[in-house]
Amino acid sequence: MNNFWLHPSLILLAGALLLPLVPAALKKGYLILVPSLLFVRILFMLTNPGEFGHVNFLDWELRFGRVDPLSSVFGVIMGLMCLIGTLYGLHVKENAQHAASWVYVGGSIGAIYAGDFITLFLFWELMAFSSVFLVWFRRRPESLAAGYRYLLVHVAGGLALLAGMVLNYKATGSWAFDHLAVGHPTAAIYLIMIGFILNAAVPPFHGWLPDAYGAATFNGSVFMCAFTTKTAVYALCRGLAGMEILVPLGVIMALYGVVYAVLENDSRRLLAYHIISQVGYMVAAAGLGTQMAINGACAHAFAHILYKGLLFMGCGSVLYMTGESKFTELGGLWRKMPWTFVFTLIGGLSISAFPLFSGFVSKSMIVAAGFEEKKYWVGFLLMLASVGTFLHTGLKVPYFIWFGKNRPRKETLDRAAEPPWNMMAAMAVAAFFCIFIGCCPSALYKLLPYQKEAMEYVPYNGYHLSETLQILLFTAVCFFIFVKKLEPEAKISLDLDWFYRMGGRAFRWLAVHPIQAADTFVGELYRLAGLAPLMITSRVAALFDNEVIDGAVDGVASAVRGVGRRLRLAQRGQVQENLAFAFAVAAVLLIVFVFFVHKS
Amino acid sequence: MNLVKLIEFLQLRLQAVLRVCWVVLGLLLVWSLFFVKPEHPPGEGTEPLGFLAQAYAVFERWPILWAIFGFLGCALIIFASKAFGHAGIMTREDYYDE
Repeated sequence: MNNFWLHPSLILLAGALLLPLVPAALKKGYLILVPSLLFVRILFMLTNPGEFGHVNFLDWELRFGRVDPLSSVFGVIMGLMCLIGTLYGLHVKENAQHAASWVYVGGSIGAIYAGDFITLFLFWELMAFSSVFLVWFRRRPESLAAGYRYLLVHVAGGLALLAGMVLNYKATGSWAFDHLAVGHPTAAIYLIMIGFILNAAVPPFHGWLPDAYGAATFNGSVFMCAFTTKTAVYALCRGLAGMEILVPLGVIMALYGVVYAVLENDSRRLLAYHIISQVGYMVAAAGLGTQMAINGACAHAFAHILYKGLLFMGCGSVLYMTGESKFTELGGLWRKMPWTFVFTLIGGLSISAFPLFSGFVSKSMIVAAGFEEKKYWVGFLLMLASVGTFLHTGLKVPYFIWFGKNRPRKETLDRAAEPPWNMMAAMAVAAFFCIFIGCCPSALYKLLPYQKEAMEYVPYNGYHLSETLQILLFTAVCFFIFVKKLEPEAKISLDLDWFYRMGGRAFRWLAVHPIQAADTFVGELYRLAGLAPLMITSRVAALFDNEVIDGAVDGVASAVRGVGRRLRLAQRGQVQENLAFAFAVAAVLLIVFVFFVHKS
Repeated sequence: MNLVKLIEFLQLRLQAVLRVCWVVLGLLLVWSLFFVKPEHPPGEGTEPLGFLAQAYAVFERWPILWAIFGFLGCALIIFASKAFGHAGIMTREDYYDE
């Protein structure tokens, strides 16, 4: 066993490949078994850190398994979320959907444990190319288009990462994916950063996220909300911790998501904008780069995967049961889906960092790291963003779906009911962990990379509790005062994806109008200047052909026929006669030659 | 279906629920004003403080100010975002359709 090291992604990839061979009766068991094996494998790796899975490829050594505290904390939560997400979609019949999500998670986990850039890139691209199917499987025309946009943006980001890592290899002579020299960033480091922050959905590279997550299948979004952005957060913590520019970018992100969430009418797009907001905390923490900040980023990513998964499961259940995800089409569902409401509320309270819920013990770590670093503006603006978080996810989502004054159509209300048992169970498991982490933060803190810092941090003290409760409760007061102002509007908000959506359209207009016109012009020119003279020439040629050439040919032919007829009469098959003729002709030719040609 | 009954029960007594909420808010403010100790004692450090650092020191001294921060922050987010949205960012749903 010493030389053999089972890569956790292999469990998922092999599991996905074998899925079509599994008999229908055993399908559900198999769907639970594979992610369970993955989770057990990752927990086992937790007890046995080190460097594994070295493979020689060309002149380079690829390192598939770097197991240290930073990769392990992300590995554990991703293994757990894979299990919860698969349980949530257990009743989905289509094998390909499960296979796509497993390959996607496999890519994400492979990137987490990668020790060098080549391995990282391999799994990074695997993620993009498998997750797009989770959008396409919804099989609506919008989803097809959104999937293509998602793929194009991620390919562009992947290319930036590739260019950066090649330049970095030229400069350093090493593919190792370790902490880069962020103090003096070179073009290589900026390109790598662009590759990472595109996956983390940092503005201006964030348009793909609400676009794709709002268009994906009900359970595809549950997977997508957990893996792509958090893998990027891991990569930032690993490679670019302490890079100054990430701090303002993270703070802008945190507020940007909040502003768009006010305007959003689609519940799942609202949650997607709140991913941007929450990942902003983590990006800012990676930029701060202190031990406390990195602990905070890891803890928040851990908590975020659970509560955001829970929120997407709640809104996904509403979509699955009613077919609607827009606030203007929903309302008053509490009678029909009370438990879904409770679970979503738990997710909302966790993301809002309510005491005793998971967000409280992770988010406060990042804000405190900002204040401790004497970056007061970071602390204050992140506090403001958390006001917005509670306003939308804690209040707006539950209120307008389950209560609210909007009256959904009768068919929507008739269809509404609690979702199947497996979806309820998945939400219950996620909700349990949200509360468990909130009540026993040390269970999470034990996993964090900087143990000493983590153990010293005390989330529950009088000041923190008073500060958080006042902010949240007075946000609630403000919400109920201005609830009319927040009534959803059946509109969409233009975001920066406008540039490439309209850019694509401009390209097509260019293709249809100027380029097509030029083509038509050239065609017309050819017809007038080229084709017409050609036709005239050919008509003349035809005339010449008919009258002159045919005449000559016909004349020659009739002459030959006439001569032939005469010859036939002369030709009677007698050898002597023939010879005599031949000699005569030869003699005549000879005489002609001597007299006319030779003399001259 | 006990959960539905519970929500119905609370909805029927909305006024009482609201009154309890106000009392909780009041107790929270009283607690924050008189009993919460600042995390770091004020006046720590010798370097000159910037405006935000001073503001933070004031917040640490008077935790009750976070209530105002929460209320005003929420109002700011609602009104600023809506103004931004109505400045041309929000548009008809079939905007991208052809």
